[in-house]
Amino acid sequence: MTTTAGTNGSRSDLLGDTHDDLLRLATAGSVDDGKSTLIGRLLFDSKAIFADQLEAIEAVSRRRGDGYVDLALLTDGLRAEREQGITIDVAYRFFATPKRAFIIADTPGHERYTRNMVTGASTSDLSIVLVDARKGVLEQSRRHAYIASLLGIPHLVVCVNKMDLVDWSETTFNAIEEDFRSFAARLDVPDVTFIPMSALRGDNVVERSARMPWYEGPPLLYHLEHVHVAADRNLDDARFPVQYAIRPRDAAHGDYRGYAGQVAGGVLRPGDDVVVLPAGTSTRIAAIDGPDGDVAEAFPPMSVTLRLADELDVSRGDVIAAAGNRPAVASALEAHVCWMADAPLREGDRYLLKHTTRTVRARVADVRHRIDINGAQHESACGELGLNDIGRVALTLSAPVMADPYKRNRTTGSFILVDETTNETVGAGMIVEASGRERSPDVVWDAGALTRERRWSSLGVRGATVWFTGLPASGKSTIAAAVEARLVAAGVPAYRIDGDNLRHGLSGDLGFGAEARAENVRRAAEAARMLADSGTVALVSLVSPYEADRERARSIHAGDGLPFLEVFVDTPADECERRDPKGLYARARAGEITGFTGVDDPYERPDAADVVIASDSVEAAVAKVLAELAL
Amino acid sequence: MSGYELTHLRTLESEAIHLIREVAAERERPVLLFSGGKDSIVLLHLAHKAFRPAGVPFPVMHVDTGHNFPEVIAFRDRRVGELGVELVVASVQDSIDRGRVVEETGPRASRNRLQTTTLLDAIADHGFDAAFGGARRDEERARAKERMLSFRDEHGQWDPKAQRPELWSLYNGRIHRGEHVRVFPLSNWTELDVWRYIAVEALEVPSIYFAHDRQVFSRDGMLYALSPYVELIDGEEPFATSVRYRTVGDMSCTGAVRSTAATLETVVAEIAATRITERGETRADDRVSEAAMEDRKREGYF
Repeated sequence: MTTTAGTNGSRSDLLGDTHDDLLRLATAGSVDDGKSTLIGRLLFDSKAIFADQLEAIEAVSRRRGDGYVDLALLTDGLRAEREQGITIDVAYRFFATPKRAFIIADTPGHERYTRNMVTGASTSDLSIVLVDARKGVLEQSRRHAYIASLLGIPHLVVCVNKMDLVDWSETTFNAIEEDFRSFAARLDVPDVTFIPMSALRGDNVVERSARMPWYEGPPLLYHLEHVHVAADRNLDDARFPVQYAIRPRDAAHGDYRGYAGQVAGGVLRPGDDVVVLPAGTSTRIAAIDGPDGDVAEAFPPMSVTLRLADELDVSRGDVIAAAGNRPAVASALEAHVCWMADAPLREGDRYLLKHTTRTVRARVADVRHRIDINGAQHESACGELGLNDIGRVALTLSAPVMADPYKRNRTTGSFILVDETTNETVGAGMIVEASGRERSPDVVWDAGALTRERRWSSLGVRGATVWFTGLPASGKSTIAAAVEARLVAAGVPAYRIDGDNLRHGLSGDLGFGAEARAENVRRAAEAARMLADSGTVALVSLVSPYEADRERARSIHAGDGLPFLEVFVDTPADECERRDPKGLYARARAGEITGFTGVDDPYERPDAADVVIASDSVEAAVAKVLAELAL
Repeated sequence: MSGYELTHLRTLESEAIHLIREVAAERERPVLLFSGGKDSIVLLHLAHKAFRPAGVPFPVMHVDTGHNFPEVIAFRDRRVGELGVELVVASVQDSIDRGRVVEETGPRASRNRLQTTTLLDAIADHGFDAAFGGARRDEERARAKERMLSFRDEHGQWDPKAQRPELWSLYNGRIHRGEHVRVFPLSNWTELDVWRYIAVEALEVPSIYFAHDRQVFSRDGMLYALSPYVELIDGEEPFATSVRYRTVGDMSCTGAVRSTAATLETVVAEIAATRITERGETRADDRVSEAAMEDRKREGYF
């Protein structure tokens, strides 16, 4: 005998999908703050603690001779945590009232476990910061509030706890509120609420306190039940990262093609004009399949399947966005990164970066500064980020991600960094600025009617960029010119972009500082990308001494699906100086020019060039390049 | 609620579907652990929803202790048939016959712990690199600590102190050969959520979840079904009473609760009113020690 849930007949409110919603909140702190007591109180008073759980912790407390029931035993789920009496990792607790269901991410408060606090905070709508009324706003409370702000949690509740120990004093409470507000003004939290309470005695947690008549606000639970969180989601910018292409194999659904994913922003409706990124192809939403069939609209965080009006090449990692409102197709990111590994994050390191449903390679172009999260966001210059540090980092990517600033969208604005060797998650990133070829949302890329495939096949060409890097006078231009001559003779369109020539025109306004050089490299890369896209083999010969700049040139091409070949002309420094056809080494030695690569400015040797040319003859070098180019 | 808001059940549903799709996209050979219990019924239903109108793109596996309730096995076979998914049965009896594990003896013998070896062997034999399970964080405090996508080393072991941080909805399921991940899409569901979802979706569940008359005996404050798999200890007298099951596991270690709740409505009302957790009320395996679940999980248990 089996029983199926009937769909007829009356059903109590408990059954089925009543009109309650979900609030995810994070608490941070240690036993001393009264965090566990507060959570225990919320769970106990909302009947989410069960008799057998209480019995078990009572028995342990008795055995240890605690003299009170240690509610922390309830939340500290690991043996190590119970033994040490601290919270190490995030624990998730659940309770519900008729209005709302709640998920508490109970996170450790100690700085040593910042990464676990960040983990718990990343999905939260609301953050609870505890302040001991006797001690006032301590460094730890400020750090918790700062992390909540950085993680974009829009609602902050400051629970001024242990009011029973300060005689329920309004003056004390007001002083703490004033102190906290002056600090919080510098944070980016739109909604801060202060509640005086005694978690131990139950005042203003679930029930209103009669002992603080001067407090006119609601108790904590009432606030949690009524705080408006739905408006925190981004309902303006339609963003749909494709997770999975659904193509049934049975005859009944022979022509079905759906793209499954979770809406990351905006409201999607059938008939909407959309664009598939990074390709940039335009189409229309034909239909949206929800978990229970067709839906008229989809919004975050719904998991749905989109069907498109045109048959396009759409796969996992693509983003479907509103045609007139696109994310940046970004090959370089500026982000706040919380570092989570023992080995530090350093300039030049490479990681995998997972952003929505897309995983690309990332290189740390620069560690801009570390943020002192204990104080008030002081920034300090540094070359690396250690475990639990948070800092601003510049990354260049091997392929673009479709990104928005984190402040605008917590889903399309976040990423994780993964160590490719250990597979560990080593960093959490919040995007400050995403830059790619579409820098301004007002400038829309015009894809034109002619596709690259059609252009190339009609003309019988295949574009690519060959990037020659090396010290001045290493022979880059000579080899590039020889390759160019050989290709053109064979009927292959090729064109040389020479560093020196560039500075006569396109880069005539630039000097030789690090920034100007980076810009010069960027311009060369963008010009080469256009040539390659047109079907020409672009041959760039440019000293391009910095790894980060070369990486960026590579990602500009990768982001556009164009072949990119890095050729390192590795002529020894003394040999270059001996050649010195333009007399530049001599002038640099004489101090007439400064910032000269190889003399008083470093050349960062490529460690993963596609072709390395050492002491080869020009003819042998050309052969090597052509072989690798394999046109 | 105003427009553009999801109820909490639909939010949980969406979160689960998203995770199921992520793992299906990123791992090569996932498998869904299906026991015929209420949590795995919901899990399989979510997998079905995640890919339709296409079929579920991975097989389901049952670790069969050989001591299961016959009603549940019958239900299992019917359900996988309806959905057209492939069923892999990993048998504890086989593990015993092959000498991989040694059967416990005596009246308190249970095959519960032996399942871990059978499960890990099956994962290795079939080359599975991801296993979906219906475990929930509200069940037990060690589970409350576990990630939704949880890494297992080449020995199938869980290291609670070295869990990968799990941020936003960005799951890191990367592994080396021989390792695998456990995936818990129902992590944030409570027992009541599961029952409410079963009601909303009108899902069929095995009959033993509803009150029925059964021959039982009392041991350690719990009621066990009289079955060929359990030896009675002196003084234990079987008797007939109306019971139902809150969890479905091995007959040797799963307790029944006295109940007359014979419909979904009354079962949900009973769950909403209960003051005892489901594992505390019905699972002998969790009563071994304060950290019984943490220890079994470390070894590779579900």
